[in-house]
Amino acid sequence: MTATLTRSTADRAQIGEWAQRYGVYAAVVVLLLFNIAFTANFLSVANFRTQLVQAAPVVIVALGMALVIGTEGVDLSVGSIMALSAALVPLYLGYGAAVAVIVALVVGLLAGTFNGLLVARLGIQPIVATLALLVGGRGLALLIAGGQLVDVRDPALLFLGDGDVAGIPVVVLIAAVLAVLTGLVVAGTTFGRRLVAVGDNRVACILAGLPVRRVLVGVYAISGTLAALAGVLATARLGAGDPANTGLLFELSAITAVVVGGTPLSGGQVRILGTVAGALLMQLLRATLIKNNLPDSVAQMVQAVIIIVAVYAARDRSSR
Amino acid sequence: MNRPRGSQPAELGEPAGPGNATTATAATTTTATPSRARRRTAQAEPSVRRQLLAGALQRQGAAAVLVVVVAVAWVSLPRFGTLENLRDVALQSSFLAIIALGMTFVIITGGIDLSVGSVYALGGVLAAYGSKAGLLAAIGLPLVVCGLIGLVNGLLVARLNLAPFIVTLASLLFARGLLLALTAEGSTTYTIANPAVLALGRGTVLGLGLPVWLALILCGIGGVILQRTRFGETVFATGGAESSALLMGLPVARTKIIVYTASGALAGFAGTLTAAYLQSGVTVIGVGTELDAIAAVVIGGTLLTGGAGSILGTLVGVLLRNVIANIINQIGGLDSNFQSVISGALLLLVVVAQSLLARTRTTPRT
Repeated sequence: MTATLTRSTADRAQIGEWAQRYGVYAAVVVLLLFNIAFTANFLSVANFRTQLVQAAPVVIVALGMALVIGTEGVDLSVGSIMALSAALVPLYLGYGAAVAVIVALVVGLLAGTFNGLLVARLGIQPIVATLALLVGGRGLALLIAGGQLVDVRDPALLFLGDGDVAGIPVVVLIAAVLAVLTGLVVAGTTFGRRLVAVGDNRVACILAGLPVRRVLVGVYAISGTLAALAGVLATARLGAGDPANTGLLFELSAITAVVVGGTPLSGGQVRILGTVAGALLMQLLRATLIKNNLPDSVAQMVQAVIIIVAVYAARDRSSR
Repeated sequence: MNRPRGSQPAELGEPAGPGNATTATAATTTTATPSRARRRTAQAEPSVRRQLLAGALQRQGAAAVLVVVVAVAWVSLPRFGTLENLRDVALQSSFLAIIALGMTFVIITGGIDLSVGSVYALGGVLAAYGSKAGLLAAIGLPLVVCGLIGLVNGLLVARLNLAPFIVTLASLLFARGLLLALTAEGSTTYTIANPAVLALGRGTVLGLGLPVWLALILCGIGGVILQRTRFGETVFATGGAESSALLMGLPVARTKIIVYTASGALAGFAGTLTAAYLQSGVTVIGVGTELDAIAAVVIGGTLLTGGAGSILGTLVGVLLRNVIANIINQIGGLDSNFQSVISGALLLLVVVAQSLLARTRTTPRT
């Protein structure tokens, strides 16, 4: 599920290409085998359930992030948008779960569109454009919630967090459906083709008369909406709106999942399946470290090293 | 690009922003500058005047806002103008100023350092840990370890050409992990008993806290290095037009490595001072400090695209942040979360204004 515009690659780089393309799947398989062999109580339905449920919000945010990175951008504001969701959902829950969710999603959409306009219309670097919302967004969320953790007791909303449909957690189902949809958008629609083209060579796209600005705004809007949805799901799962902690450092998790999945930060490629695998890999890795009694500190340091290795493997070879 | 030395701005704070067409560093900032210089010798006076106005706005905008905010607060809040309160603001600003100093250099080279918040906290813990072995260890240990983290950042950015923001995001995680490993997962807090170390954070000279003096001295040195040395010129050139700097034979990679190392070491030193002030290596500080530092640098007129900026501007940015925080505290009844909202709004305002003023970039950089 990759969309690559033709790019000449040297022969000697082919091993690296392979590592970038399939490394993440190989790593997931290796980790699974390791756990099956050495970790007690790994092979159980309950465990896989837990792992998938925990990975689902990262997958959802990472899908939007993959699209943004595909356009040679980055969205640092996703964590703060999640916090905004966590603040807004309890506030509007009085009108019913549907209204609360819709309000959160609309705010995410608006925030994303705002980011997109800064990038597309004013030509501000994506890091900087989304930084302002990263700085201010969480503060705004805390102001809205009065700096408090607000309990959520609406059964419909809580169902989103820990309900099951046909034995599969709702969160996981939503993430899976969104992954398939995003994959279809990238591979099979004009919009998908255009966003990859914009990331590959923006100047050429402008010259070719593609609606570059519209594509960029659309991509950031999608990212904002998905982040808001992830915030809603996190709130539902927690059973409380916690704007202080919801989505904290999520931008890092999402970027990691995308990059580990083999999407280069230089744009022009989007790997949806790789992104999903990347999110699962990081979740598995953390679980493996914790289940084998390694402390959180070591888990963080290992994650840091893996991010660097993945970025190195996925770096843009054409410029070298 | 041959320019007479004498035409360089005299004050340390004079940034080489667009519109400041006299310096070579400014010439590297915008693609339009060479033609601008030619135009200037010929005619088109109004265009030059507009450029100068835009440059002045970018350079002095934050300072003007600071003056207004201070003046309003002085008149309307009875406690703001007291010596005690002003001293407090200066002390609170000194820690962030030291971090933002390193960040200014990094951002002028066109990079970014997101690890400083974690490195700052790590520096504090290391200082408290080392204080048992004396003052030298309390200062040296954080400098070495945090400098090493910065060095690795620099090597990854300069030698392997990895994106600065992702490299330093990873070291944000790494430094926080190291901090947790040092403190038994954050459950132990090392306290500082050594009086010499404590004096570093709590001592006063001529009525001002020692951290304030140290911050001023470091920023002074930083300003001189940035504006008056070959290294400073290379920093501007690297951020202004990296490929041109490479073609001119400037040591771009070495410059980047030095800049990231300095940023790490300075963040570690700021952590040392904070730990000395708080009398212990507090493990939970520094979350989001990188954002405060970046916001201060950008609000101070340094371009996030690199190639232009000043230490004085950064100091103004830091002061503006802390004066606003001080005012929010004093008004009372205002949520302290207003601080980050205002920071974000100011950041947005400055960035939008800069892009409207400069209008030079056509492609984004990551």
